[in-house]
Amino acid sequence: MTAITRINAVKDQTAILSARNLKAWYGESQALHGIDLDIHSGETVALLGRNGAGKTTTLKSITGLMDRRSGEIKIGGKDISRLPLHHIARHGLGFVPEERGIFSGLTVQENLLLPPIVAEGGHTVEEIYALFPNLKERRHSQGTSLSGGEQQMLAIARILRTGIRILLLDEPTEGLAPVIVDRIGDVIIALRKRGITIILVEQNFRFAQRVAERYYVIEHGQVLDQFSAAELPGRQDWLSDVLGV
Amino acid sequence: MTILGIPSAALFSQLLIGLINGSFYALLSLGLAVIFGLLRVINFTHGAQYMLGAFAALLLLKFAGIGFWPSLLIAPLLVALFSAVLERLLIARVYSLDHLYGMLLTFGLTLIIEGLFRHFYGSSGQPYAAPKELSGAVNLGFMMLPKYRGFVIIASLAVCLLTWLLVERTKFGAYLRAATENPKLVQAFGVNVPLLLTLTYALGSGLAGLAGVLAAPMYQVSPLMGQNLIIVVFAVVVIGGMGSLIGAIATGYTLGLIEGLTKVFYPEASNTVIFAVMIIVLLVRPAGLFGRA
Repeated sequence: MTAITRINAVKDQTAILSARNLKAWYGESQALHGIDLDIHSGETVALLGRNGAGKTTTLKSITGLMDRRSGEIKIGGKDISRLPLHHIARHGLGFVPEERGIFSGLTVQENLLLPPIVAEGGHTVEEIYALFPNLKERRHSQGTSLSGGEQQMLAIARILRTGIRILLLDEPTEGLAPVIVDRIGDVIIALRKRGITIILVEQNFRFAQRVAERYYVIEHGQVLDQFSAAELPGRQDWLSDVLGV
Repeated sequence: MTILGIPSAALFSQLLIGLINGSFYALLSLGLAVIFGLLRVINFTHGAQYMLGAFAALLLLKFAGIGFWPSLLIAPLLVALFSAVLERLLIARVYSLDHLYGMLLTFGLTLIIEGLFRHFYGSSGQPYAAPKELSGAVNLGFMMLPKYRGFVIIASLAVCLLTWLLVERTKFGAYLRAATENPKLVQAFGVNVPLLLTLTYALGSGLAGLAGVLAAPMYQVSPLMGQNLIIVVFAVVVIGGMGSLIGAIATGYTLGLIEGLTKVFYPEASNTVIFAVMIIVLLVRPAGLFGRA
């Protein structure tokens, strides 16, 4: 039994989130061609791939943000693929978009308190302010007056309040200074310790290496391969070819 | 006593009329701004909804004996309920299309609603009495203030303030403001945005209905009462900045006063002064005085 088969055997029993034959379209153009994913409870998984491979579209399809998609998506064994967009979050799924989605018409605190609580066990506002002291200091400022790093912290923080169990992060380090990237890495590791399942789309491979336990490599809207962090050293050259780095 | 060569009584009287008109402009443009801000629909049905508010008060009195004070609450709620049904059945279907379709749809609805009321009630207006408590006038020393008109100004100011507080200081308002920027993301957070859209349309339309009830004792209740007003109200919204609540309120009152002053100093221009202001504002600040470019 190969390592990958062993992972499949485990994940099929315990997958908190799974996708089968996930397809998605932008207008007439098909972006996903049948993605299969199985994410275990509490693990941090990175989706790797070149620009335009379909990583962000995969996250958006799981969240329900793609207007046109097909396939099966299950959270905790329950099919959510046909639910209205606002019902999907109530199954414990939180999404932080690449552009962060901070609302300019709302203060930092209003942004933080905006997403409804979907389950018990989320961070309290006090815990969030302890985790991100900058946000407390600037809670009465407009959300978009924050720096890029602070906006990313706010985008993650507001989802943590809701009690979600699965966090989808799209390019969380995009355009941020190295010191802020490190800080976001610390936060992701802290969330993992709290048992939150994380799916991460990341171009910064060094960052992904620091936090991810498993990888999916996506190309042309399909899963090319998947492997654990332990298998990464043996695949570095192949991965460099695929990612073009 | 004269001010700038104008008898003070005449000046204050026109300023009062300006303030009254401004109260209606503010209430109606506020409703339009709330709707446009979130739904991105230019609600041409607004004038008809204003008329429906006045007719609801008239019919509640005629057929159920319900007077002005209860009607002040019931009539706007009826208009809001009717509008919520319109939004669910028809308007929601054009959100994904160009603005023009929403405009055409709501314009068509206006023609149907006004046509139906004209068919059943004719074009001539019907009187609706002001409540007894508000009959008569108060002597302010420098002018006589009809009690009902004073009430309209205060009621309009209070409703504008409450609406502003609702949008700026409540969770519902935070959802509304956030959904104005990115409705899909707000929905992905678990907020029922389709319901939010319906409630917002009902709120904006209810404000028009309330303005209609307030207008009923001052003007005749007629199927076409919203037609003339709505054109001016659209100009107010454009001057204030499409979707800006503060813009709608401030511009509504200010333009009412400017219109009133124009009637004193240059009456010939009183019907066109608002449109002249609109042209100037569009040339200097195309997004409106309070709008974001």
